[in-house]
Amino acid sequence: MTDSLAVALVIGIAFGWTLERAGLGSAPKLAGQFYLTDFTVFKVMFSAIVTAMLGAFWLARLGVLDLSRVYMPETYLAPQLAGGLLFGAGFVIAGLCPGTSCVAAATGRGDGALVMLGMFCGVLVTGLAFAPLRRFYESTARGPLTLPDLLHVPYGVVVAAVVAMALTAFQFAGRLERRA
Amino acid sequence: MMGTRSRGLAVSGSRGGSNPWFRGFAVSGSRGENTAQPRNRETPRPRPYADPYIAGTGLGLVLLAAFVIAGRGLGASGAFASGAAGVVAAASPARAAANPYFARYLAGDGPWHEWLLLEIAGVVIGGFLSALAAGRLRAAIERGPGIGRGSRLANAFAGGSAMGVGAVLARGCTSGLALTGGALLSAGSWLFMMAAFAGAYLVAPIVKRAWR
Repeated sequence: MTDSLAVALVIGIAFGWTLERAGLGSAPKLAGQFYLTDFTVFKVMFSAIVTAMLGAFWLARLGVLDLSRVYMPETYLAPQLAGGLLFGAGFVIAGLCPGTSCVAAATGRGDGALVMLGMFCGVLVTGLAFAPLRRFYESTARGPLTLPDLLHVPYGVVVAAVVAMALTAFQFAGRLERRA
Repeated sequence: MMGTRSRGLAVSGSRGGSNPWFRGFAVSGSRGENTAQPRNRETPRPRPYADPYIAGTGLGLVLLAAFVIAGRGLGASGAFASGAAGVVAAASPARAAANPYFARYLAGDGPWHEWLLLEIAGVVIGGFLSALAAGRLRAAIERGPGIGRGSRLANAFAGGSAMGVGAVLARGCTSGLALTGGALLSAGSWLFMMAAFAGAYLVAPIVKRAWR
C-alpha cells in the first residue's frame, strides 16, 4: 500500500469514528432531522464545515496551507440542483447517507447494509446508462466556482457570514428541539 | 481471548451462549432509542452519544487534516463509483473502458486502489471501533415504530438507489460535495446542499409513516 492510500485509510478511520461518536450510524436519529425532532445531522455537519472552513482560511493566511493545491469540487448548476433534490429524497427514505450507511452497516445495522447495496446499484445502473445522461451531466458547467467568486465578495467576508449564519441556525435548532 | 467477556460488545437483550463474541449480540428491531434499552445484568448500557457540536468540531478537524495532508477532502459516493467501475471492468473490460463514466476510475492503479475506496474502508473500521468501545455494536434493523422490517429494508434499498443516481448526477454526496466543498465555499457544493435539504424536507411528509 502506498503512503497516499495509508493516509486515506487513517483519515477514513478518524472520519468513521467521529460519525459513530455523534450517533450518525443510527437511521432514526438522522431521520429526526427531517421531522424537526433531532438536529444532530445539521449540528454535526455545520460545526464541521465551520471548523474546517476557518481552519483552511487561517492556515492559508499563515502560509501553512496552499489552497490552490487542495482539490475544489467543480460546479455544474443543473445537475447539482437535480442530483441534490433526488439525493435528499433518497436520504429521508433511507434514513442514512452514503458515508453514514457504512458506519451503520459496520456497527451491525442491517438497514445500513441495504442502503449501501442500494447506493451501489444506483451508481452502477446510472453509470451503465450514462450515454443519454451525459449531455445533462456536463451542462451548465461553471468550473471550480466559489461563493466569493460568485458574489464578488472577499473570501474572509464570506467566511464570517457563514460563521454568523451557522451560529444563528444553531440557536434556532436548539429552540425547535426543545419544543419537539 | 476465549473466556473473557468482550466488554462493550453487547448492548441489549442478551441471548446467552458461551461464545463471548456473540453472547448478548442481540438481533432485534430497534426503534432507535439508543439510551432507552432495557438494562441487562450482564450487558453494560451503551454509552450516550457525544455532544453533536464536539463531534462536529472533531469531524471538521479530520476534514482539515485531509486538506493539509492529502490535498483533498472526505468522500463516500466516489468509493461506490470506483467499486462499480471495478465490478464492470471485471465483468467486461471492453465495456468499462468504453464507458465515459467508469473509464476515469480505470486510469492509474485501477479502481481497487482508489483513494476514496481506502478511505471508506477506514470509515467502516473507524465506525466499528467506535461502536465497540462505546458498547453500541448491535445486530439490528433500525426503523420507525410504524413500519415492518421488510418495508424498512425495501426503503433502505430504494433510498440508497435514489441517492446513487443523485450522487452520480451531482458528482458527489454529503461527504465529498456538501461537507468538503461546503468548507471550501464551492458554489456547486452549497447549491447541492440546499437542494438536498429541500428534497428531503419535501419528501419527509410523504414517508412520515416510516419514521414517526
